[in-house]
Amino acid sequence: MSDRMLEEPWTLSPSVALRPEPFGALAYHFGNRKLTFLKRPELVEVVRLLEQHPRLSGALEAAGIPPDQHEAYAAALRALAETDMIRPRHQEAV
Amino acid sequence: MTIAPERPITPQARPAGGSLVEQFEFGLDAPICLTWELTYACNLECAHCLSSSGRRDPRELSTEQCKAVIDELQRMQIFYVNIGGGEPTIRPDFWELVEYAVDHQVGVKFSTNGFRITPERAEFLASTDYVDVQISLDGATAEVNDRVRGAGSYDTALKALANLRDAGFSDAKISVVCTRENIGQLDDFKAIADEYGATLRLTRLRPSGRGADVWDELHPTPAQQRELYDWLMAHGDNVLTGDSFFHLAAYGESLPGLNLCGAGRVVCLIDPVGDVYACPFAIHDQFLAGNLLGEGGFQEVWQSSDLFTELRSPQTGGACTKCQFFDACRGGCMAAKFFTGLPLDGPDPECVQGYGETALAGDRLVPPASKDHSRSQASRNAPVLLNLGATRRRPVSACNEDPLAGGDLS
Ligand code: SF4
Ligand code: SF4
Repeated sequence: MSDRMLEEPWTLSPSVALRPEPFGALAYHFGNRKLTFLKRPELVEVVRLLEQHPRLSGALEAAGIPPDQHEAYAAALRALAETDMIRPRHQEAV
Repeated sequence: MTIAPERPITPQARPAGGSLVEQFEFGLDAPICLTWELTYACNLECAHCLSSSGRRDPRELSTEQCKAVIDELQRMQIFYVNIGGGEPTIRPDFWELVEYAVDHQVGVKFSTNGFRITPERAEFLASTDYVDVQISLDGATAEVNDRVRGAGSYDTALKALANLRDAGFSDAKISVVCTRENIGQLDDFKAIADEYGATLRLTRLRPSGRGADVWDELHPTPAQQRELYDWLMAHGDNVLTGDSFFHLAAYGESLPGLNLCGAGRVVCLIDPVGDVYACPFAIHDQFLAGNLLGEGGFQEVWQSSDLFTELRSPQTGGACTKCQFFDACRGGCMAAKFFTGLPLDGPDPECVQGYGETALAGDRLVPPASKDHSRSQASRNAPVLLNLGATRRRPVSACNEDPLAGGDLS
């Protein structure tokens, strides 16, 4: 069964800044002051591409993530959504 | 002179992937825990002050220079800074600098003894996002607190907490340095924090600054370290520690946090005159990487100073690397070892396996303080312990390198 998240539109939260680091990036949320480390450059790329794609799977493809890893990436992104690093795009106006 | 513990001869390349700790050992493009002490001036003279504060340094950075530093922090995407001192609110431009920082996407947490947190200031603080306040309290009773921090300081701190709570400021931090005299009060500290809607933050006493004078008397006993560890295991979720106690990880389970010495890797200190040190607990010439007034500014010191480059590699040698707990404990705190005269690649003076005690009992040369902004005369409200510490050290001049100088001859 494929993850529903893959079909949804997502975006980097507007309160989050990404700072490039040798291992990937550091994401800082100015609202809840949470600091998160994105440990793979590929994940950073996906997060950056989110808003340009109508579906998460599109961003994953654009970042060159092989299809058999999409589920794993969805799980990692879900964890980022828990602290509002990324959010579903329909919430943008909130 | 080489200060870092033994490192590989050919510099190792940063591994791809791996754990965050492995990545952090190689340093980051910008610190994630930056402390900036705005002034060495202080209305108090705590016996264990890590920065030996008291008198203002006349070379203190001007308002304009401080703003230029903030601009640079913004460019480097350093999202928040811990401001301290001395007592930072003593600077007449303190609130101006806090506002400037916040307006430039640099969030602020500042540490204070509370004496300037009036009801009006508390209102202002409650009205701004991105400013966090940390009140220092080293005893859950006036008796225990004031012995280290000076007469009246307990009441001042609680008044500040009350002002913050009454103004609707949520989640102030209460910062406690854990000592032999207050480890038995952990539950009481927690109760105070709950009463004021604050979060408790426990940190480790390190023999830094004037802390070197009182460390022997004040650092927790081995039994108290165990007590602290057990308490943190039971209550740790709601208590901050600033990653202070990773040497306790050798009791068994790791405490939450990074569990590595971040000095010069992810941590550093900017002092009031713009000197950049590897860590707030390492204000000593040995750990001075440079000054941010130099041409390349803070960024160059952080990214390319010799000292920081040297600190950014994994430790490979030394007695600790053979210890079964090395992965969790990493040999403990570099500053604690340095200021107690222990080898930097050996065990922490408070090594929970007991190796620290053995090392402390052996031959060692405690380095003389290289920076001191203490007042020459203690004030009327000075803490009892300050005078004890000062008496012990007074006969020794600051530049006396004789190994017996200042030693406890009793
Ligand atoms: S020197 Fe000690 S206090 Fe400083 S970063 Fe290292 S472990 Fe922490
Ligand atoms: S010997 Fe070193 S690594 Fe082992 S517990 Fe002691 S300080 Fe930690």
